[in-house]
Amino acid sequence: MLGECEETLCGTVTSEVVRICPEDFPGITPKLTVKTGESVKAGAPLFYDKTHPEMLFASPVSGVVTNIERGEKRRILYIEVKVDETTDYVDFGSKKPAALSAEEVKQSILDAGIWFLIRQRPYDVVAAPDKAPRDIFVTGFDSAPLAPSYDFILQGQEADLQAGFDALAKLTAGKVFLSISPKSSNKGLREAKNVVINEFEGPHPAGNVGVQINHLKPVNRGETVWTLTAPDVAIIGRLFNKGTVDLTRVVALTGSEVKQTGYWKMVIGSQLKQLFQNNVTEGISLRYISGNPLTGQKIDAEGVLRAGHSQVTVIPEGDDVHEAFGWASLSPKRYSAGCTYPTLKKAYRMDARLLGGPRAIIVSNEYDKVFPMDIYPEQLIKAIIAFNIDKMEALGIYEVAPEDFALCEFVDTSKLELQHIVRTGLDLLRKEME
Amino acid sequence: MKALKNYLDKIKPNFEEGGKLHWLYSTYDAVETFLFVPNTTSRTGVHIHDARDSKRTMIIVILALVPALLVGMYNVGLQHYMAIGQEMSLLNNFHYGLIAMLPLIVVSYVVGLGIEFAMAQVKKEEVAEGFLVSGMLIPMIVPIDTPLWMVAVATAFSVIFAKEVFGGTGYNIFNVALIARAFLFFSYPSKMSGDQVWVRTADTFGMGKGTVIDGYSGATPLGQIATTDAGSFGEFTFHGITGNPLSISDMFFGFIPGSVGEVSTFAILLGALILIATGVGSWKTMLSVFVGGAVGVLLVNAFAQNAMMEMPFYYHFLLGGFAFGAVFMATDPVTSARTEKGKWIFGFLIGLVAVAIRVFNPGYPEGMMLAILLINAFAPLIDFYVIDANIKRRAKRATASLKG
Repeated sequence: MLGECEETLCGTVTSEVVRICPEDFPGITPKLTVKTGESVKAGAPLFYDKTHPEMLFASPVSGVVTNIERGEKRRILYIEVKVDETTDYVDFGSKKPAALSAEEVKQSILDAGIWFLIRQRPYDVVAAPDKAPRDIFVTGFDSAPLAPSYDFILQGQEADLQAGFDALAKLTAGKVFLSISPKSSNKGLREAKNVVINEFEGPHPAGNVGVQINHLKPVNRGETVWTLTAPDVAIIGRLFNKGTVDLTRVVALTGSEVKQTGYWKMVIGSQLKQLFQNNVTEGISLRYISGNPLTGQKIDAEGVLRAGHSQVTVIPEGDDVHEAFGWASLSPKRYSAGCTYPTLKKAYRMDARLLGGPRAIIVSNEYDKVFPMDIYPEQLIKAIIAFNIDKMEALGIYEVAPEDFALCEFVDTSKLELQHIVRTGLDLLRKEME
Repeated sequence: MKALKNYLDKIKPNFEEGGKLHWLYSTYDAVETFLFVPNTTSRTGVHIHDARDSKRTMIIVILALVPALLVGMYNVGLQHYMAIGQEMSLLNNFHYGLIAMLPLIVVSYVVGLGIEFAMAQVKKEEVAEGFLVSGMLIPMIVPIDTPLWMVAVATAFSVIFAKEVFGGTGYNIFNVALIARAFLFFSYPSKMSGDQVWVRTADTFGMGKGTVIDGYSGATPLGQIATTDAGSFGEFTFHGITGNPLSISDMFFGFIPGSVGEVSTFAILLGALILIATGVGSWKTMLSVFVGGAVGVLLVNAFAQNAMMEMPFYYHFLLGGFAFGAVFMATDPVTSARTEKGKWIFGFLIGLVAVAIRVFNPGYPEGMMLAILLINAFAPLIDFYVIDANIKRRAKRATASLKG
């Protein structure tokens, strides 16, 4: 795809307000701890999870809560905090994770309100703190289209990264697996201690933690593993090294419609309009994405950086394009992973169109090709649609997350919303099982 | 193009809910998406999509059918003029074949697509493209002399009872085109087999008038060997409709009596190349059909009792619908096995059963249709065992991990 990110740090985004969307934390039911008008420090909780009240969600900035926007059925859409000029942090005290007990490490992360950085399989939700994981898997590179380089993001954060690994090692009786790519050069990753390092080579989805787990030590029924990305490990490490919650991310601004790509520092929830102003193609409708084009969240020009992302992408929306006789097209502008179109270019300018209508699943072996796991994706999808629990279990539902199906969804000639299907299936299954 | 788009947008309200022509909405939608790529953008999930859609897939299959169709049409003319003892130019032969074939194609498409459009309207879904291929296959696998009304009835039967009752394209168990052929085969056997139906001897729209020459025989090579008195294959020779002996090259390039699509193995292989190069058809299925066929023939050869049993395997591949079935029918992703391992088994069984039917049942010299339909029924079972292996492996892993 066009719009790879240039490896330069362009600056810091200072936002007037930040917005935290509980939707970014799958599997939790938010209960507010603040009211409109209250002031909070960075690291103080905004809300907690109903089923796990010990799981707090920290404010990334200090300031005044100005708005709590609710949607249908009073669901909280976002909590808006007006940012103070100087950030006032809650001091949790710097600690050495190696010297703490497992319980203390867990409590520190929970109290600091950044537990949400840890996800669990099965169900791909924020990890339940009361269930010990068999192992912890960390992915040290992102292979998605236009993905940011973790090597670059983590420059200068090597010490935080190691502190994070030390903390994680305390949390499991099993091992902490770190996956890196052969190209990974960051010393914090390549020379990390207290972890088992494995190299994964290949195109996307080699960097997806689900694929890595499946090849290293698959999740079995009844087992739980936790998953993280390397930048999130660094945030946890920062908590122990500095004693403060610093939810600053180095974010890659990418996409074919961005004039000047590059990396920007910002806290999660920051408004992105400063990045987009005078820096995107004008005159066509655009799609703004927090995250990458496969798994990211659709936002608008006024949108904010969502909690889990180290990437912002802008591509053409495409709803103003009317292409004639697409099915007969030999245009080199059309990209297909299969061989039904001539592939002449190296990078494509892709828009958000479906490029077809929804159909029943017709073509076989289409998902398998982009799903390098010992699982039959098509049969699993069918079991999820039918919500046949026995079948889903037998076919490996506990091992997958929606993101694992992103490429299947991309290549699907039937244009089905596979990630949505998997997400719904996982949520229903979790309700059923717990 | 822009004017056309504006016109489409202008008339669109008529077809939408509450419009005068709402009952034609699926038709409008099909025409619009045929002309222009829909500009719907993704709502959830991935933001970018592959340019390949269902239309592209189907159009590739049709493209792959074109060589076989063109050679087949030429051969219709060639056989016709041979039958009436006239020598004609290549173009003239093709012209005759074209006008003989067109009505069949038109009838098949009009009837099939008509039903599809109506069903899409009732189901409030988009028109699926599956019939674009089936509608081309049907005229290519029936004798050229099949009455048009029979094609219409068979098409309607198969689209409704083999496809729509199961839920439409993507849900059917049996290959739609083959069901149409099987329907004709069992309902009107006199028009579907024997030695009178494979060559069009009458004139078409006034073209190619003439009387059939003496010594004419329209039997297909497979029909000939199934009914021969010859004690062994060595004593037997295939002959063309005028009594001339047939060479291997005639069989390979398709100058023999038979259905339009199946005669030219050469053109079918061209189509196979297109399907394999684009990844639309599975080379595994194709290859395993031929392997299954070869294994079957070698077994039969070893215990040969008559000419048919002695016939070497390459004749089986060149004659009848073997190659056509392997390339265009067995690879139908919906009715074939859906797992990769399953495809090997699926194809192999088709080849094996096709040979068995050909050799052991002189009533059905052509075994491919019944073999594919039979193994279509077993495809879900094959997949079941392939997937079950994966399930068992997972269960075993879970138990091992519990113990450990």
